[in-house]
Amino acid sequence: MSFFMLVKINNFIISCIVVFIPFFPITIHASPDINYIIKDDSILNSRNDLTGDPYKGRELVRDRNKGNCLACHQLPIPEDAFHGTIGPSLHKISLRLTEAQIRLRVTDMKQINPISIMPGYFRSPEKITRISPLYENCTILSAQEVEDIVSYLVTLKSDPFESPL
Amino acid sequence: MSIFNQLLSAFFSRLFFLYILSVTASQAELVSGYEFSSEQAKEFQDDDFQNPGFLLIEQGLNVYNKIGDNDQLCSNCHGLNGDQFIPKSIAQFPKYHDILQKPVTLRDQIQHCWVSRLDNFSLEYDDPELLALETLVRNKAYGEKVNVNISGKIKPYYEAGKAFYFTRFGQMDMNCAQCHDIYTGKMLRGQKLSQGHTNGFPLYRLESQKMINLPQRLRECFRSLRAETFEQDSKEFRDLEIYLNARGNGLKIETPAVRY
Repeated sequence: MSFFMLVKINNFIISCIVVFIPFFPITIHASPDINYIIKDDSILNSRNDLTGDPYKGRELVRDRNKGNCLACHQLPIPEDAFHGTIGPSLHKISLRLTEAQIRLRVTDMKQINPISIMPGYFRSPEKITRISPLYENCTILSAQEVEDIVSYLVTLKSDPFESPL
Repeated sequence: MSIFNQLLSAFFSRLFFLYILSVTASQAELVSGYEFSSEQAKEFQDDDFQNPGFLLIEQGLNVYNKIGDNDQLCSNCHGLNGDQFIPKSIAQFPKYHDILQKPVTLRDQIQHCWVSRLDNFSLEYDDPELLALETLVRNKAYGEKVNVNISGKIKPYYEAGKAFYFTRFGQMDMNCAQCHDIYTGKMLRGQKLSQGHTNGFPLYRLESQKMINLPQRLRECFRSLRAETFEQDSKEFRDLEIYLNARGNGLKIETPAVRY
């Protein structure tokens, strides 16, 4: 009997874990400190304490719960089979835009084009209607993750599939 | 002089842009979501033995033949196995109900009959029996063109739904029109964006591997936008359902469809 009780308790614990884990948000960047200065169409790096890691940026670009850039853009990442075609291709993006210009486009594209479909990855949550309670006061990416992605995109200078990463 | 020329060219380029916008908005051809599906999904939908929707229709028939609390049956009015259903009438939903004094979807109408004619307790809004009945009834109008009337008393509800369609929601900060009007046909990773018509609902969704109706699909949309969802029987979703159905006026009903 005790054995069955144990099994029951075990089942209960497992079901608790299974049921409740998906409800926890994967990203929490509560009350982000959003203070950046936009000059023309770019953000100069005001956060000098943060330096981006291009290798982390490359993973964030692929991650469906983080950047998920591949949903809309094409990038020199051959291991993902499907790349979206909604946005422009980001091959050789660094030849077209400077680092500061890329930073504004990742941070909040709607500052440049108010009807853009691109989500603002570091857009102030106050500007958003009906954000889910799971993501209340959260931005999609943290300031560090934005820097990581920017530092990855800056490396895209040469032909596709010849990216140094 | 050069400034004048620049102003003139800027003015005309803007005019041309507006013209293009108006043309694309007015002449957008209605295409069913079937055309945007993969070949496998199309085969899956066309084969009545594979299509899981027909399983639900069988279940719907069981509910249909259930005796109500006042010993009445659905078939007393609608004939054996629903032969007396009028496809033209089914294709007109959602429509304004004069007795209830509000617009009703097909789901609401079934619920109304279920309570008032059969004297049963009302079904929960996401009850599988209600979904099965809706699939059965909507399938009776297979091939009929959607024909929602948007004049008269339903007009304010339609306008509210239209405003909802163009409102941005959630952390992703997108509205329905961006995906389903502007970027139709483009790829979202491996998935082609459709025009977002409702002629296939209730449908079998390959991603969640179950039959869903329109409000359930809208809730999944809201979840992927990271927005706070509305209830399935909320006024907002009902308004949106009116707008979405009217937007697809002229498309043939494909229930039960198979979509991603």
